Amino acid sequence: MDAASAAETLNKDHLMGIGNARKRKEDPRFIQGKGRYIDDIKLPDMLFAKMVRSPHGHARIKSINTQKALGLPGVHAVLTANDLKPLKLHWMPTLAGDVQAVLADEKVCFMGQEVAMVVADDRYIAADAADLVEVEYEELPVIVDPHKALLPDAPVIREDLAGKSEGAHGKRTHHNHIFTWEVGDREAADRVFGQAAVTVKETMTYQRVHPSPLETCGCVASFDKVKGELTVYLTSQAPHVVRTVVAMLSGIPESSVHVISPDIGGGFGNKVGVYPGYVVAIVASIVLGRPVKWVEERIENLSTTAFARDYHMTGELAADRNGRIKALRVHVLADHGAFDACADPSKWPAGFFSICTGSYDIPAAYARVDGIYTNKAPGGVAYRCSFRVTEASYVIERMVDVLAQKLDLDKAEVRLRNFIRPEQFPYRSSLGWEYDSGNYPAALQKVLTAVDYSGLRREQAEKRARGELMGIGLSTFTEVVGAGPRKTCDILGIAMFDSCEIRIHPTGAAIARFGTKSQGQAHETTYAQILATEIGIPSDVIQIEEGDTDTAPYGLGTYGSRSTPTGGAAAALAGRKIREKARKIAAHLLEVSAEDLEWQGDRFQVKGVPDQAKTMKEIAWAAYNNLPEGMEPGLEAVEYYDPPNLTFPFGAYLCVVDIDRHTGEPKVRRFYALDDCGTRINPMVIEGQIHGGLAEAFAVAMGQELVYDDSGTLQGASFMDYFVPTAVETPYWETDYTVTPSPHHPIGAKGVAESPHVGGVSAFSNAVIDAFAHLGVTHLSMPYTPWRLWQKIHDLGLDKRSG
Amino acid sequence: MGDKNVLRFTLNGRQVEVLAEPRELLVHVLREQLGQTGTHIGCETSHCGACTVDLNGESVKSCTVLGVQAEGAEIITVEGLAKDGKLHPVQEGFMQEHALQCGFCTPGIMVRAFRFLNENPDPSDEEIRLGVSGNLCRCTGYQNIVKAVRYAANKLKAARAQA
Repeated sequence: MDAASAAETLNKDHLMGIGNARKRKEDPRFIQGKGRYIDDIKLPDMLFAKMVRSPHGHARIKSINTQKALGLPGVHAVLTANDLKPLKLHWMPTLAGDVQAVLADEKVCFMGQEVAMVVADDRYIAADAADLVEVEYEELPVIVDPHKALLPDAPVIREDLAGKSEGAHGKRTHHNHIFTWEVGDREAADRVFGQAAVTVKETMTYQRVHPSPLETCGCVASFDKVKGELTVYLTSQAPHVVRTVVAMLSGIPESSVHVISPDIGGGFGNKVGVYPGYVVAIVASIVLGRPVKWVEERIENLSTTAFARDYHMTGELAADRNGRIKALRVHVLADHGAFDACADPSKWPAGFFSICTGSYDIPAAYARVDGIYTNKAPGGVAYRCSFRVTEASYVIERMVDVLAQKLDLDKAEVRLRNFIRPEQFPYRSSLGWEYDSGNYPAALQKVLTAVDYSGLRREQAEKRARGELMGIGLSTFTEVVGAGPRKTCDILGIAMFDSCEIRIHPTGAAIARFGTKSQGQAHETTYAQILATEIGIPSDVIQIEEGDTDTAPYGLGTYGSRSTPTGGAAAALAGRKIREKARKIAAHLLEVSAEDLEWQGDRFQVKGVPDQAKTMKEIAWAAYNNLPEGMEPGLEAVEYYDPPNLTFPFGAYLCVVDIDRHTGEPKVRRFYALDDCGTRINPMVIEGQIHGGLAEAFAVAMGQELVYDDSGTLQGASFMDYFVPTAVETPYWETDYTVTPSPHHPIGAKGVAESPHVGGVSAFSNAVIDAFAHLGVTHLSMPYTPWRLWQKIHDLGLDKRSG
Repeated sequence: MGDKNVLRFTLNGRQVEVLAEPRELLVHVLREQLGQTGTHIGCETSHCGACTVDLNGESVKSCTVLGVQAEGAEIITVEGLAKDGKLHPVQEGFMQEHALQCGFCTPGIMVRAFRFLNENPDPSDEEIRLGVSGNLCRCTGYQNIVKAVRYAANKLKAARAQA
């Protein structure tokens, strides 16, 4: 065995480090029912809270009568805005620089808005009492369409903002306007459009959807009056920021606020924000001096905490006759609902939407996003994607198809003609991003070969000749993840670094804590693998902890595929700090100078003398009893990692769909997903993340939509109506990969879990629309339910029984 | 509210006795009175299956079964799948095939798979998908769940052949 393969064997097989498809360390507790999720937490004397919510989309509150509810045995309190006012907690700041009513202050602005909270002995009594709270409303005109919201005489949704012509992101031009965000050189783009040989334009709506993790949001707040300390368990993807916000809002010193995220039953963006339920439960605990639990029901989850998307987009491309793209213009009306509670870095009101030039070398581009208030639930979170990247990727991937159709060119060929070429990296896009690395043509070619693309196109031509509907959808997306560099990315003024703190015990086992928070991404396994490779002790004996703000180092949490780019980088660098101290200890033990030693994966060896070595296990023991003169004992390191840039994972997806022209039923026959996330830490975990993201993309494209009627009523917010696919509908996934490491990340990794969602939605969409492309169809709105597709089929006269 | 009744049933092979209101749901009896929190609540409308338990040899969604309906019943929850410190092949399969991520749906799906493999010991992949279609998972995309159930089927078959 040569040295390189010996090192590989040591790393992968013995240490179970980077590259090993090892089983997950978190599984034993989950498969035995020993996970500890929010609703599993039970404290002595705990009470249960239930929200009273608005049945109207827009209404003035004339009165709230809590007497009957308070009269029910077992009820301890009914809190309304009036109870929060003396504490100045009836409104709270949002992550987007707006304010949101914690409990409705004189009026409600969306159906399901929080009006009062009942606190009782158990959840049954709380539910009974919530029904007894009498609220008298006077209904107001409702606006659910963002286009209509900007009409001059549209109802005023946010009376609290009357007279405020400046918002957190600049000038407001209308009482329902939140911000205008522009990026790129408009004049340059307009010039290109004015002279272009070919232009295409398409209007598309990316419908309002919800991340709907299987566990809803909730918390247990416990205020200790004697100590003046507040402990809050809550379903948060970002517990440290929550602690800071709670300290700022409550006035309790941050050192006396203990926020703990226990096991989290999926997040997908739903558990980033701070919700009224958390705030009122905390107040209730402070007022009553007892622990208070609040857990959403599913209908509350779907209708009040954190929708995603609702982007109404117009895309335009200018190109030459060969399909070479010269310019892009995009306009978006962004429906943010009644409060701007988007979860984006502070300076980015439309998130990273400016990644909308995608994988293509587009010399001129201009994008504009207008944020709008409507009488719908607040949110605008990134549902399994980096901030607004799914929307951005969707518009460009759709527009490339529209251009190909216009020029009668193959959709793969147009992509190949426009890709940023491998030699152009690092590549600066016309909207300001510096793409770190990529090899787009290689990825797409690999997919086309694997699926026999030309064979599929031949089959499609034959089917079209027979009147059958078969679509081939491509998506060659680029994501931007890993927020983010301190100079551009912050949440409420806190830079978006992340952190790792590691402590090696005398026996050579270790504990490492992080500022991120897994919701199923396997951090306990993959962080241990990074550390195993860096430090040379097996991942099995490295315990990973996250979520307890008392013990974990401060970090910004897990969303936007940021854990590997930030926390993973912090792990690698903390590990290297450990190794540097270990080198000095080894030199002391071996009585040589540190420069005479070389690292052998799990030991320091005197150069060229294999039997003169000290393993990390031996060094760990020595760190506690036999150190060089003057060195402090112990073997610990801390790293707060401020990334120099974001990372840009990419992929090439292909979807084949058959649509029944009599029933409209779409059947995904094949889905081939090639991902490039740079260095691969655990191939098993990566594949699992890809499967899951594709399934969520399938759900969005094929069925998910939060529909409001004109009265502001949400049409179905349970799993009866909101589409979550079962194993029967969900397609079979084929996965593949290439590896193009990130040049600026310590181990070259980029983050992966959101790529399949970002790339998947446009692949499904492009496939369905491609099935109709020969009939002149350039766009169809998601979701592609059989009913919606049948309507199109019927309009086109394709459902005639003949043939 | 109503008066509480004494409710007796067998939980994972052990006789239990609790006081429950007539309206109290089985899932709350299990989780809050008996401390068996492996059974989860995901939707309250019988769609997601996170609350699936085995009641007298059938898979039921315990969020829509009253506690009193369990009087005298034999109930198996996720906490009862492992025997004598040894994982059930379904549990082993879920770990080996990476069939779980956040773990929230996992107990319900495993309890369902346990019953399903009793009903159909040698299922096709398509039958497995149908067999667990009362359980939603938001993380895995189901493919590895199918593999995990297949793993368990094979392991149970091998055990039967040896017996």
